[in-house]
Amino acid sequence: MGYNSENPYAKRKHIIALIAVLVMVVYISRLFYLQILSPQYREFADSNAFLRKTLYPARGAIYDRNGNLLVYNQATYDVMMVVREMGEFDTLDFCNTLNIDKSTYLMLEADMKDRRKNPGYSSYTPQLFMSQLTVEQYGLLQEKLYKFPGIYVQNRTRRQYKYPNMGVILGYIAEVDKNALESDPYYVRGDYIGKSGIESSHEKDLRGEKGVEIWLRDARGRLQGRYKDGAEDKAPVSGRDLTLGIDIDLQAYGEYLMQNKIGSIVMIEPKTGEIVCIVSSPSYDPAILTGKDFGRNYLDLERNPYKPLINRAVAGMYPPGSTFKPSQGAVFMKEGIITLETRYSCFHGYPPLGGRPACHGHASPLSIVPALATSCNSFFCYGLSAMLGNREKYADVNEAFDVWKSYLSKMGYGEKLGVDLPSEKKGFIPNSKFYNKVLKRTNWNAHNIISIAIGQGEILATPLQIANFAAIVANRGYYYVPHVVRERKGAPLDTLYTRKHYTGIEHSIFEIIAQGMANAVTGGTCRTANLLPEIEVCGKTGTSQNPHGDDHSLFMGFAPKDNPRVAIAVIVENGRFGASNAVPIGRLMLQKFFNDSIPETDKWLENRIVNTTILPHIYSRELSIVDNDSLQNKK
Amino acid sequence: MYLNREEISDRGHVDRLTVWMYVIFLILGWLSVYAASYDIENAAGLFDLSDRSTMQLVWIGTSLVLAFALLKIDTGFYETYAFVFYLAGIFLLIVTYLVAPEINGSRSWLVVGPVRLQPAEFMKFIIALALAKVFSLYDFRLMKRKNLLFTFSIILLPAILVVLQSETGTALVYASFLLVLFREGLPGGILFVLVAAIVYFVLGIKFSDTQMGMFSLGEFITLILIILFTAVLVGNYVKRKKVVRVILGAPASVFLTAYLISFFGVKIDWGLVALIALGTVILYLLYLFFMYGKRVYIYMVAFAIGSFVFLESTEYVFNDVLQPHQRIRIEVALGMKQDFRGAGYHVGQSKIAIGSGGFLGKGFLKGTQTKLKYVPEQDTDFIFCTIAEEAGFVGASIVLILYLCFILRLIYLAERQTSTFGRVYGYGVVSVFLFHLIINIGMVIGIMPVIGIPLPFFSYGGSSLWGFTLLLFIFLRLDKSRRNK
Repeated sequence: MGYNSENPYAKRKHIIALIAVLVMVVYISRLFYLQILSPQYREFADSNAFLRKTLYPARGAIYDRNGNLLVYNQATYDVMMVVREMGEFDTLDFCNTLNIDKSTYLMLEADMKDRRKNPGYSSYTPQLFMSQLTVEQYGLLQEKLYKFPGIYVQNRTRRQYKYPNMGVILGYIAEVDKNALESDPYYVRGDYIGKSGIESSHEKDLRGEKGVEIWLRDARGRLQGRYKDGAEDKAPVSGRDLTLGIDIDLQAYGEYLMQNKIGSIVMIEPKTGEIVCIVSSPSYDPAILTGKDFGRNYLDLERNPYKPLINRAVAGMYPPGSTFKPSQGAVFMKEGIITLETRYSCFHGYPPLGGRPACHGHASPLSIVPALATSCNSFFCYGLSAMLGNREKYADVNEAFDVWKSYLSKMGYGEKLGVDLPSEKKGFIPNSKFYNKVLKRTNWNAHNIISIAIGQGEILATPLQIANFAAIVANRGYYYVPHVVRERKGAPLDTLYTRKHYTGIEHSIFEIIAQGMANAVTGGTCRTANLLPEIEVCGKTGTSQNPHGDDHSLFMGFAPKDNPRVAIAVIVENGRFGASNAVPIGRLMLQKFFNDSIPETDKWLENRIVNTTILPHIYSRELSIVDNDSLQNKK
Repeated sequence: MYLNREEISDRGHVDRLTVWMYVIFLILGWLSVYAASYDIENAAGLFDLSDRSTMQLVWIGTSLVLAFALLKIDTGFYETYAFVFYLAGIFLLIVTYLVAPEINGSRSWLVVGPVRLQPAEFMKFIIALALAKVFSLYDFRLMKRKNLLFTFSIILLPAILVVLQSETGTALVYASFLLVLFREGLPGGILFVLVAAIVYFVLGIKFSDTQMGMFSLGEFITLILIILFTAVLVGNYVKRKKVVRVILGAPASVFLTAYLISFFGVKIDWGLVALIALGTVILYLLYLFFMYGKRVYIYMVAFAIGSFVFLESTEYVFNDVLQPHQRIRIEVALGMKQDFRGAGYHVGQSKIAIGSGGFLGKGFLKGTQTKLKYVPEQDTDFIFCTIAEEAGFVGASIVLILYLCFILRLIYLAERQTSTFGRVYGYGVVSVFLFHLIINIGMVIGIMPVIGIPLPFFSYGGSSLWGFTLLLFIFLRLDKSRRNK
């Protein structure tokens, strides 16, 4: 010990050893207290055991903006099994009562006992054997329940839908999967969880909080009463009711117009960012994804080549085409590249590149307002070229381009807006690095990428982003993040949805853009949308080139011009010219929005649209959603 | 060279006593896992790898191989590569945090094919090695500021990474290395301050719901504790009974005065009174400092004021900085909120299971309360329940005494090391085992908050068993060759 005794702190070993001894003395005394001095624990264990009954809260209901009930609950029943208590069990009688055969019984039993599928399995606690009994089955079982020891019935609720609309928007609920079980301790096997749409994005609001009742049982499993007279029980807290900004009549009408067509309609109230209508076509009845046929119906939807399970309004990405031009005009004016008076010429196309991109016949040269009205391609190509080539303002094309991109980001393009729906896509707005890489040099110029000036090329946007941009013009420069839920009962909305997002571009500039869009309706490309003298509509058509097939038909707009009440975007996939399908649909939707009905004079248009079928015959996987692979395709 | 008998008998031998205790723990541990996961329906699947007890047998077998292999590695290896191990360990923790899937709310499992490993478990021996290496550096003095900082960061860095993985329990295990620092000369005062900080935090938060005037009940209790702790410190460092009497007497008279005033119908804000009481103590200490000019008084003042500031800032951090889910974790651990999966409920069940065991227990495999019945962690964190239920007070006490012998033996082994490296590592081993025992068994018998860390050698799980084996056998290897230096 020679070396250690020189160590000045060697005595501290005694303190450490003392700590260990003391702790053990305390612990052994505690054991003595628990095991010898406290006979009540022995009694507890010998004669009583706990039965924890989970009390399921009612899932929150969903209402539309006018208070119409959309989604509510109906009671169903689950069969629970406590294997240890089953004893003498007449399996045949049990199967007959539940109307299942012996092999199904064995399969359900094996599923229940498989710890990989059911990590919480225990033969002592109630385990889910079979779910969603009908009322009749429940009645039969209830009568015979005394014959089946160890079998319990647990009340559950099932989602019911008042309207056969908005399947993909509302989403569906289903039993939790293993991932959710492992990542959130709230769930146990057999619980239901929102899997898509609002059911998923507002799961925490809708699900409420489970309660529990603790009962005491004797050794034979008979209930002896509440543990501590219910002092440890917890009542379930019902899920929160949600009120949507969506108007169900408008929504249903939108789905009706879009029947036999693929695409989307999004309508936003600019003053609040509330989504009043969000159609993703083809749509389906949410009721088919409840109850026993869930599996089969889900498979059908999943295999449908037109992909009804994808919410195109937020996850479909399309080249915005000419609907992109107003944003370009705003950026060029903000950066001082053009003024209200700046005129560019057009000879059926963009002269510096030999008339490409092509344009149609109209007066020339044009300034911004008529350029928007006639949707002149050349004007915006000149504008982009002037901006990217401006070496007084920007050091090089990279800087100019990134300034350009930053404005578009502030308008919500190329970024997730943050809508309260799952699987929102970002769209795509390239940055200078992207082109440096693709073009393999850094000194490229506007002419290399000219198609983005007219919303083609690499640019991709979701219908929601396009509608949101319409709302920005309607508000003359700001937006609220679009959202479907306008009210959570008893809780405020996330501040994300109650805060103005400014684009950094002045009111006066958007006033000019709005004028251009108003002229497009009164005397330009989207005259079909003209609702004067009642309402002054501002709009912009779009025909976006689709490398995979017929062009997509787009319409974007808002109304009325002053003090706007609604902004809209319509996309009909493969609908060709904007004016041929998207604008008429836009007109009808605005009619419905403002008048609640379609005037007789427009019935022919309604008939034409409803009877139009645009479903591509061969609709392969890649076509279902336009991906940002257009660049590769061109090469 | 002369060697006495004892030294000759020790030379080149592994400490057999410790190895035997290790083997006994493994056997008892496996029996407990077998009993805890035993189920009549599934009894047939004894040699099925999905069965927990069979799987545990695999872990035990591999651990024995590992232990044997560790004894074959040269001692110099650990000393030479201690820092390399450390860097690799930190790297692994970062990688784990980045790639690990979320399992039961934590991101600490590295999944490689069918194997799931928890790098945080292996970090225990790595930190112990790193500390041992640091202390054995030439002319190392712990109390130099630079060295102190370095030593603490060795412990803190992995602790932070593990907290990020939501394995707070394991991070607390790293904190147990403070005991090593204590043995190597960290002033007891610092340890006292740290313990005081924990007590303030726990009490301050736990009773923060009840408001009494300008302070909460928690703050009130803590203010009084600050006065008491200051008195203890003064008693220890100043050693003047009169001073201690004043420090305790002045606040007492403040309270008495307030109590008397309350008879005149004046509503007393007791929190404010406690603050005034603390103020008088601080003023008195300042007076002593200016009278005698001894620095020790200013340290005492710093302790009292620092304690108060710490108390107020924990309230702020807890309420305004922590995320709600982190707050709930702490609240559940402190027993303020019932986890709806029922951490509190589990402890209740666990106490019933232990209590029902009685003097001699119900017999092997005859426990009714345990066996995956009510407590899901029956064969991992709560395994001590099974032992106490089936083997009773006698069996449970024997296990505890065996553990005590184990710890004392390790302290003995650590003290007989001839090198600083060996001794520091040895105390690292002691600290980790002692901490696991205190927390795990304390939790099961209901006197410690529920912190999920395993019972060494008993709890089911490969990572923890390997981790403990590594920790122990590296030490036994160092011990075996302690005279070869």
